[in-house]
Amino acid sequence: MALTTASPRTPGDQTPDRAPAARRRGRASWRTRERSAGYVFLTPWLLGLLGVTAAPTLYSLYLSFTNYDLFTTPQWVGLHNYQRMFTNDPQFWHAVRVTVLYAVVAVPLKLAAALGVALLLVRERRGIGWIRALFYLPSLLGGSVALAIVWQAMFGGTGAVNHALSLFGIHGKAWVNDPDTALGTLVLLGAWQFGAPMVIFLAGLKQIPNELYEAAAVDGAGAWRSFWRITLPMLSPVLFFNLVLEVIHAFQTFTPAYVISNGLGGPVDSTMVYTLYLYLRGWSDFEMGYASALAWVFLAVVGLLTAVLFSTGRLWVHYSDGED
Amino acid sequence: MATQLMTPPRPVAVRRTARRGGPAGRVVRVLIVLVLLCLVLYPLAWMVGNSLKSPTEIASNTGLLPKHWTWGNYHDGWFGLPTVTFGRFFLNSLIVSLGVVVANVASCLVTAYAFARLRFPLRKLWFAVMIGTLLMPNHVLVIPQYILFRHLNWINTPLPLIVPKLLATEAFFVFLIVQFMRGIPRDLDEAARLDGCSPYGVFRHVMFPLVRPALVTTAIFSFIWTWNDFFSQLIYLNDLPKKTVPVGLRMFMDATGQVSLGPMFAMAVVSLLPVFFFFAAFQRMLVEGINTSGLKG
Repeated sequence: MALTTASPRTPGDQTPDRAPAARRRGRASWRTRERSAGYVFLTPWLLGLLGVTAAPTLYSLYLSFTNYDLFTTPQWVGLHNYQRMFTNDPQFWHAVRVTVLYAVVAVPLKLAAALGVALLLVRERRGIGWIRALFYLPSLLGGSVALAIVWQAMFGGTGAVNHALSLFGIHGKAWVNDPDTALGTLVLLGAWQFGAPMVIFLAGLKQIPNELYEAAAVDGAGAWRSFWRITLPMLSPVLFFNLVLEVIHAFQTFTPAYVISNGLGGPVDSTMVYTLYLYLRGWSDFEMGYASALAWVFLAVVGLLTAVLFSTGRLWVHYSDGED
Repeated sequence: MATQLMTPPRPVAVRRTARRGGPAGRVVRVLIVLVLLCLVLYPLAWMVGNSLKSPTEIASNTGLLPKHWTWGNYHDGWFGLPTVTFGRFFLNSLIVSLGVVVANVASCLVTAYAFARLRFPLRKLWFAVMIGTLLMPNHVLVIPQYILFRHLNWINTPLPLIVPKLLATEAFFVFLIVQFMRGIPRDLDEAARLDGCSPYGVFRHVMFPLVRPALVTTAIFSFIWTWNDFFSQLIYLNDLPKKTVPVGLRMFMDATGQVSLGPMFAMAVVSLLPVFFFFAAFQRMLVEGINTSGLKG
């Protein structure tokens, strides 16, 4: 408390005012105390911003211009790491392709599932809370090692998927061991966790005024037309929000790729997503300088992508008047 | 439970009365929902079913239910590694998760109070920076942080996983609590202030009691996310007795491989039990918490 009592008086204290003197002083000192208290409460966060976010970010930029194996001192090599990455590292480009392919397929699939199920569950009914929660459950569990292990077994040669296919007379293969389909199983694992965007869609759907649908019905619009002309435009801010989050999320996927490929990105590098490649360079080959360069390229790409999403978002996101 | 408090700023939901669909359409709708639900929950049910099959049956019976129920996998899995049991991993996970819960709740609460209620120079700038860190990929920070914590001799301790959280680095939760505080009427602060409360007094006597539902949400999500987190625990915890459940489970898979699928399924089920528990107890709060903040699960 010493901090607040010691704070200097503001000039406002001297100006005459119609309010009683005591109250005036009370108000003015509240304002100065508020100022100092603001920074007192903000101190942990500011320390974190400096020590855990800003300084490490800059240090990793420095490391990206060095060779560093964790045990000897970093050696300055200039732009060599970046040069090597872009011109002399086919595995880097492969990891980029795998990650982009994953994001391009998994994100739309996940969002479509989320929106479809949200439309089915939007009406309030008895027990609907539990149904929504159960659809949300995979989002809570899906990122875990346990589920990645289950997925690996499920899409293995004698897993549940082949069991289901055999009921239709189809003889399946070991999906996770085939380079053509291994990434597909990861996409399905990602899309399976559609619960989180679904919940956000549900919140958005509830905000659409019913009068719009009534007016459309009077004008003879069917369900299909109402969806395209009312639901989708009204929902576009929420759709945009989900899209940004899911794209960033998809680019950072790590655990399932690591577990399903036994930490190697296989078979034949087919599940070598970018973060896994970064991890292997850093913690398996101890090329911390090169891994830092990989991290900075990642940061730049994600930043650029977010900027592109936001600028194209202006073209199709519809904000209705009166909303914040 | 105080879940109703979770959504103060939300307008009343509009009931959709004008939508078509007779009784037949309704039955079809319900059927579709139920079929989808079975499909979505099938992997979880399959996991539990497999954990109850005998080792020989797992290879032959790929269906949902075991022909002969057995609990043996749970025993074999728990004591499956030569030197440590899964109990050790559980204890380690519990220490890390509870540490993160306390650190997150405390640090994010004070930060949120500053942003939501106090006026001070550069507040808008700092708030924008905070939102910016939401989108920052963790992978840029991981290498320098690893080097730092290695210098401090913190490898193979829970410290690198807990201490940064004391500095409100989880912007998600700061944002969640800020949003919640914005829904609390300012008249209450005003009244406390006229009664002679300092900014600290308002925090202690007004905000802290009222913001509890948001803190519970923060605590539950902190716990579940830390419990499931793999990447940071993988790089910081290398010694077998220090490993947490996710890293231990991965190790177990490596050590025993395809030979003992049954115990692996059993341990997968066990590793998810705390999450199932929180889900069952707080499912409404979890869904609502996501709703209000637009938070990601």
